[in-house]
Amino acid sequence: MTEAEHLSIAIVGSGGAGALTSGNLLLEAATAAGWYGLLTRTVGPQIRGGEAAALIRLANRPVECLADQFDLLIGVDWLNADRFGAEIEVGPHSLVISDPRSGELPAFVKNSGIRVVEIPLKEITKSIPEGRPNMIALGIAAKLVGLNEEVFTALIEKRFAEKGRVASQASRAALQAGFAAAADIQFDKRLAPPVAGKKRWLVSGNEATGLGAIRGGVRFAAAYPITPASEILEWLAPRLAKVGGVLLQAEDELASINMIIGASFGGTPALTATSGPGLSLMIEALGLATAAEIPIVVVDVMRGGPSTGIPTKSEQADLNIAVYGFHGDAPHLVLAPQSIGDCLFTAQWAAYLAEALQAPAIVLSDQFLGQTVAAIERPADVAFIGERIRHAGADAPYQRYALAANGISPMAIPGMRGAQYTAEGLTHSERGTPTSGAAAHRVQLDKRRDKLEQFTFGDHWATIEGKGEIAVITWGSLTGAVREAIELAGRDGIAVRLVAPRLLLPVQNVRFAAALDGVKRILVVEQSHSGQFYRYLRAHYDLPGEVRVLHRPGPFPIRPSEIHKAIAEWRK
Amino acid sequence: MEEMILTVDTQLACKPSDYRSDVKPVWCPGCGDYHVLMAFTRAFAQLAVPAEQIAVISGIGCSSRIPAYTNCYGFHGVHGRSLALASGLKVTRPDLTVVVASGDGDGYSIGGNHFLHACRRNIDMTYVVMDNRVYGMTKGQPSPTTEPDFDTAISPGGTGLSPFHPLVNALASGANFIARCFAGEPNETAAILVEAIRHPGFSFVEILSPCVTYRPDQKAWKDLVHPAPVGATNDPAKAARRIMTDDGFNIGILYRGERRPYQPKFGRQSLDPSELEQEFEI
Repeated sequence: MTEAEHLSIAIVGSGGAGALTSGNLLLEAATAAGWYGLLTRTVGPQIRGGEAAALIRLANRPVECLADQFDLLIGVDWLNADRFGAEIEVGPHSLVISDPRSGELPAFVKNSGIRVVEIPLKEITKSIPEGRPNMIALGIAAKLVGLNEEVFTALIEKRFAEKGRVASQASRAALQAGFAAAADIQFDKRLAPPVAGKKRWLVSGNEATGLGAIRGGVRFAAAYPITPASEILEWLAPRLAKVGGVLLQAEDELASINMIIGASFGGTPALTATSGPGLSLMIEALGLATAAEIPIVVVDVMRGGPSTGIPTKSEQADLNIAVYGFHGDAPHLVLAPQSIGDCLFTAQWAAYLAEALQAPAIVLSDQFLGQTVAAIERPADVAFIGERIRHAGADAPYQRYALAANGISPMAIPGMRGAQYTAEGLTHSERGTPTSGAAAHRVQLDKRRDKLEQFTFGDHWATIEGKGEIAVITWGSLTGAVREAIELAGRDGIAVRLVAPRLLLPVQNVRFAAALDGVKRILVVEQSHSGQFYRYLRAHYDLPGEVRVLHRPGPFPIRPSEIHKAIAEWRK
Repeated sequence: MEEMILTVDTQLACKPSDYRSDVKPVWCPGCGDYHVLMAFTRAFAQLAVPAEQIAVISGIGCSSRIPAYTNCYGFHGVHGRSLALASGLKVTRPDLTVVVASGDGDGYSIGGNHFLHACRRNIDMTYVVMDNRVYGMTKGQPSPTTEPDFDTAISPGGTGLSPFHPLVNALASGANFIARCFAGEPNETAAILVEAIRHPGFSFVEILSPCVTYRPDQKAWKDLVHPAPVGATNDPAKAARRIMTDDGFNIGILYRGERRPYQPKFGRQSLDPSELEQEFEI
């Protein structure tokens, strides 16, 4: 019996088999027992009746990505499970639990030659009135990783409260049967005891984004439903109402972005959330927000693209449009959260920065961050609350776009007497009056550039960890996988530096150069087919020494071992 | 913010000139939109709402230049999206009087979808479309309301398409107040704008506003317009029949609906934001 720092479990089943329910309960129970972990669900394209898998990683300390292999694979049934072959990698030491009456083993299991233990889930279920095989599967998984039965009692009561006592009793009985069935299964790993930590949260990136937005001062949201961003909207709608805000469902993304511009013009910090296709539709109005200097936040939960692409899976391929998509010269903010917990900070910081700089801020989250639920340490409180500089109401005629040393003009809010102005998308004078004059055009372009470039963003602009002459530069959701790879490299005696900018625009040349001081080799890691991040780095920064790029498209996240391998091979 | 409406101004007589800025319009001499601007300022003066409590929101096109010519708060946004922008503003600032200005291209073509949904949503604001049945600012292309045989460079011999009927679409989509005006009658137009702004919910005012440059034929409109033979109805079926069968030059209030405006509660806090995190705690 070995104590593992982390264990990965996949529970698969056809639609309605309850694989996701089992997975969620397993993560909740493990969290309640003091462990950390995360759960990514992966589903087929069907709304109902499709296959589903809960991909879970449990650990004795915080984890931010899935592991390379699954230690335990449980099939509630195997219908269409082959579709998950590319996502669920099993190794020689993995264990598969299979019900001999639930269909043929998927090819990726059969061909791997790994150990399969047959447990008749359906047969056992027959002896439990209203019992369901997925709860037996849950019992088996729980027992094998080292959880005890008691921790589930309250969770099951809560989850099945609506369904009544029979359902709740049946679930507990099935769970017990699972624990009993697992007693004789030989599985030589147990989760190591959790390291003591702070208060835990169980939260998804999309929920954390919503909370960050509210903490940052957002009180208005308008949006059009889109996968994988809709949970942000569904989380925000009832909660915004409670904190004095409102969410409007717009008729399309063109309306969403213009609605939030309207609300912000009226003085209310505002946000929309979308995915790539929606961001494309919003681009024109993002130019308006830039020119008219209206603070707004646009969250893009990236998915596989272009076009409809893979709506349910992750990719980092909207970087180009976020950075370069605007027409004209349009300085704006682009930020990217680096973990599920960091979605909170980044959304809050974006709301703060948008308001402080009277500029649009795009937050590039992705499907993995957005829809993965993680047990994390409670994120630290930060004091970023969006508040724009308001016009004080002096006697002199108000000039909305007056030049200021820092480029930020005090903003009047409708209702303020004597400061009426027209917010303007045409090139305008300081007063806001349209002009096609070269001088005014230049002056306002300079102003909008300077206000972003002169601002002090502080240490939050990037995560910089470690020393060493090798640096891995990455961004967004891959930061966690890179961090793990660097740790693996460290065990080989290779010191590697991590540089992950959270702030992608405006670029931070001086700080970036300092972060790479002494670096001789650079590995760029990103999840895009064309190497968008690498090209972005090349365009804006000096990359000293030899540079390699590890990049591939989604939908499967680049895993720590791939990055570790790239580092190790290069060392040779 | 409710109390902000009642400033001292409401006690004093307001003049139309109080609502006019010193910015010189870009419109051609003789453009109908000058008269619409006149009607705007007269209506605002009659309503006696302080200029800083009014927001005039627009998109792109000749008519959309109007906000800066008023002394109100204004937003000259992107093409076709003025209704969406105004909706976000009004929902979060119910204390403001929100007037949206558009044209037949901005409002019925690129902004067509927002028109339907703004009618359906029924937020308390007034939508004024200056219809001259042509794209003026881009020099004379056909708009959704252009006659099928109107010959233009981009559609030689005419589009051959039947014109879009804005009023009946507004009615079908749920607009709560529908009127047709003629720019050449600024006093009558101002009186209708006052009614439109006062009427709860989404008010739609189509103003026939001639383009003297690309549609000199529209100078004849002054002889074609006539008051609607009957007053406004609150019966959508009756209104639909009248609007569908009139000659397009009936001037007046054609429909007054009784739907409740959409105004979600905004600004009423029942939970401190710091308590939101409790749901994530394990």
